[in-house]
Amino acid sequence: MPAIPTNVPEPSRTDPALIRNFCIIAHIDHGKSTLADRMLQLTGVVEQRQMRAQYLDRMDIERERGITIKSQAVRLPWAPTPAEGGEGESATHVLNMIDTPGHVDFTYEVSRSLAACEGCILLVDAAQGIEAQTLANLYLAMEHDLTIIPVLNKIDLPAAQPEKFAAELAHLIGCDPSDVLKVSAKTGEGVDALLDKVVAEVPPPVGVADAPARAMIFDSVYDSYRGVVTYVRVVDGRLNKRERIRMMSTGAAHELLEIGVSAPEMTAADGLGVGEVGYIITGVKDVRQSKVGDTITSFAKGAEKPLGGYKDPKPMVFSGLYPLDGSDYPELREALDKLQLNDAALVYEPETSAALGFGFRVGFLGLLHLDVVRERLEREFGLDLIATAPNVVYGVTMEDGTEHTVTNPSEFPSGKIAEVREPVVRATLLAPSEFIGAIMELCQSRRGSLLGMDYLSEDRVELRYTLPLAEIVFDFFDALKSKTRGYASLDYEPTGEQLADLVKVDILMNGDKVDAFSAITHKDKAYAYGVRLVGKLRELIPRQNFEVPIQAAIGSRVIARETVRAIRKDVLAKCYGGDISRKRKLLEKQKEGKKRMKMVGSVEVPQEAFIAVLSSDSDGGGDAKAKK
Amino acid sequence: MPSALPDGEPVPDDGSLPLHALTGAAARPLGFYLHVPYCASRCGYCDFNTYTASELRGSGGTLASRDNYAETLVEEIRLARKALGDDPRPVETVFVGGGTPTLLPAADLVRMLAALRDEFGLAPDAEITTEANPDSVDPRYLAELREGGFNRVSFGMQSARRHVLRVLDRTHTPGRPEACVAEARAAGFDHVNLDLIYGTPGESDGDWHASLEAALEAGPDHVSAYALIVEEGTQLARRIRRGEVPMTDDDVHADRYLIAEQRLSEAGFTWYEVSNWAASEAGRCRHNELYWRGADWWGAGPGAHSHVGGVRWWNVKHPGAYAQALGEGRSPGAGRELLSDEDRRVERILLELRLADGCPLGLLAPAGAQAAQRALADGLLQPDPYGQGRAVLTLRGRLLADAVVRDLVD
Repeated sequence: MPAIPTNVPEPSRTDPALIRNFCIIAHIDHGKSTLADRMLQLTGVVEQRQMRAQYLDRMDIERERGITIKSQAVRLPWAPTPAEGGEGESATHVLNMIDTPGHVDFTYEVSRSLAACEGCILLVDAAQGIEAQTLANLYLAMEHDLTIIPVLNKIDLPAAQPEKFAAELAHLIGCDPSDVLKVSAKTGEGVDALLDKVVAEVPPPVGVADAPARAMIFDSVYDSYRGVVTYVRVVDGRLNKRERIRMMSTGAAHELLEIGVSAPEMTAADGLGVGEVGYIITGVKDVRQSKVGDTITSFAKGAEKPLGGYKDPKPMVFSGLYPLDGSDYPELREALDKLQLNDAALVYEPETSAALGFGFRVGFLGLLHLDVVRERLEREFGLDLIATAPNVVYGVTMEDGTEHTVTNPSEFPSGKIAEVREPVVRATLLAPSEFIGAIMELCQSRRGSLLGMDYLSEDRVELRYTLPLAEIVFDFFDALKSKTRGYASLDYEPTGEQLADLVKVDILMNGDKVDAFSAITHKDKAYAYGVRLVGKLRELIPRQNFEVPIQAAIGSRVIARETVRAIRKDVLAKCYGGDISRKRKLLEKQKEGKKRMKMVGSVEVPQEAFIAVLSSDSDGGGDAKAKK
Repeated sequence: MPSALPDGEPVPDDGSLPLHALTGAAARPLGFYLHVPYCASRCGYCDFNTYTASELRGSGGTLASRDNYAETLVEEIRLARKALGDDPRPVETVFVGGGTPTLLPAADLVRMLAALRDEFGLAPDAEITTEANPDSVDPRYLAELREGGFNRVSFGMQSARRHVLRVLDRTHTPGRPEACVAEARAAGFDHVNLDLIYGTPGESDGDWHASLEAALEAGPDHVSAYALIVEEGTQLARRIRRGEVPMTDDDVHADRYLIAEQRLSEAGFTWYEVSNWAASEAGRCRHNELYWRGADWWGAGPGAHSHVGGVRWWNVKHPGAYAQALGEGRSPGAGRELLSDEDRRVERILLELRLADGCPLGLLAPAGAQAAQRALADGLLQPDPYGQGRAVLTLRGRLLADAVVRDLVD
């Protein structure tokens, strides 16, 4: 193990020539966090005894799912190993490792993290090859002109095929297969060579030291003790402690209460100079006041032009979130308020559902974002939730020219509609070539149109499709996984809108519309959706005192119908003798069960029915098939 | 496997009751249930507290056997006498159930009854019933019971069809219960009941019709018809789970119930409780009515349940433990609960709604009263009694009684 570097440059007094800002692009499970752990140990910033797996991942969910939701930056000192036959010690460099979120939903955050770097490590599992999300992020990195260092990880695995995947990476980046480094983050093999390579190949940051300060926010994290911690990369000039600063998108001014670097624990400093990466604390309590992508400048004699690339996060997927127990509504509101402190992309407004009661219509960047938020609400705030099926945002123009933006299917306008627009994405799918047919079939059934296809290597192929986002949020991931035995990976980015022949399918129970089950589907699929849903509901709705027709309808036209027969017997006609206590206990138990029913008009619907219908449509499809 | 006992607070060693339990007792009838926890073999559907071994031992070594069972039970009757103190009430009804009471010699049953007569006195018109297995009685046995003071007998007929009896593990042959009715009449019994079970796997509507016909033909003045409930832990539940016998659909149960109602009312029987029909007012089982009307009864024997003035308690289940407790002069009570006013209100609705007399609407809280109005509109309650302030189930309402109760107790 190399000696811990001496003469480490101090923050605010670091020569930009000694700085290397880089990130790691990797797929889930390809070992990014393990590699980061190894780097923390090799550079000596975390002592052996304090080391714990996935040191940088702070949230439980991150550690469990092995994904990074929020990024973070760590300042690592590294004195490169002297070249063979070289003399003496080389200068200690400062490596800022900027962690990036690993998922398609957070593409914007990824792009901001990339914008803070000059180079990136492309980390790929030597047993699996590159995945679609990694490829998408690689392309993003290339667009940002980053220096790419290709690395194969897990070379210690018996199933590793380093030669094959080195060739694949070389083909993608345009380098020689021999340039691809081979490491094992688990054993540490090759990690020092990788750090040397970062110093050697990633260009030092370039900025104007005496210009007005300009620093880009690439992450903003709410901490319950310190308020919002904002991670910045200084491009020009210098930020000093106790200075007044200005957010250029809003003009809001703040006092710098603290400025410093993560090493990896937060360490205060005098300031941050050109090319440096660190954090600031201003005392704001809400990440929306310190937005990712914004430019920070000095309040006095500040810069006039912000750095480019700032965007407001735009929710793409909506879902209604309802507390299982209606009396938890205030807790849900409080929990969302708290999550929003740390999640500028989370938007929500109250909504009322006849079927589910009081809840919120919540907007998300994508499906993972939705999952993560829901899981945090349930786990960290102890809430039991019903989430309606996710839907996208539709634009509707009526014949009289009025415009509607529909974020909740039950609010889809009725009347004369001139056109309906839906969001579309450009999807990239990577898979072994044997699955081309299955993927094409799936994409076609989801109204996709093929944009192109390329072989990454002899037996791995990249397919590009335009797909309606609505088709992806439905159950696309699950279908793709099952059709390709888990080998395919998917990435997508929004590319705009398209006109589509869409209709709203309503579900009626005993003649009453169940708003939570309304869905917007393509005209050709409305029938199948209706049949599937009423079939499923017929099995899930317990028999009532009266016959309950369950119908699917487009407007007033019924397209599918099932009937839940009236219950005829609900009495214990048994000789109980004198054990009345047991009888009363049974009644109490039944009453409890009744409380968990939601009334839809006059029909008692168990919560489980809502959850079963709303939670996973793919399961429903599978069940239906299995039963036939 | 017998079903589990409820949780509750402990019963005092002397079996004494809180003072309030006996307040106003004089106005309530007092009955005794005497449990006989022995059977020759266990039927596959049965989850009652019964044992096929003739000798069982308590943890302290006390021997509980069929031979000394009557003696042990009499001990509890004496304990009851002490616990009820100077309660002056004579016993209005006695019901000996099981298990199979008639597995004991008739003299033992008579001896238990004699103890009640000695300790409490029997009301002049007291109803004294025993359950009887068609296999274990004959004219002499019945005559002995009649002589000893029993005046009502209830036979477990269950079905007239051999294949149904086989699924139920009943050992008697078709025709034997009907013969028993004649023997009971000959012995001088005024009241005879036949128990029937419908909805047994493999039973057809035709089988059920035949069972009703055979029962009516025998000439009892009371018929109980129970749906076969498959209880967890029984042999039948295991056989159904393994797919050896099919589970009977609830709709089939409903159909069979309607058939019973139709056939029995054609024969002049009237329902007075969801599962009970009588040929006359006098034919009703007054002991069962004690249960449904919240009266007082002392249940003696292992696992027996009692109720006196808002206190419910239950005995230990195992005959060995039961004999052990009494042998040591302790109450065999395993636990008890003191009912709150709300518990008693809920119980009254729960129990009285099952009766043809129904329950007073005055018992209902505002939400329950609204539910009663809806039930009336839905045809689950009868309009005339409703107008007179009582909730009485219609025929369809009887089949949905538990659902109606759930709404009315709100």
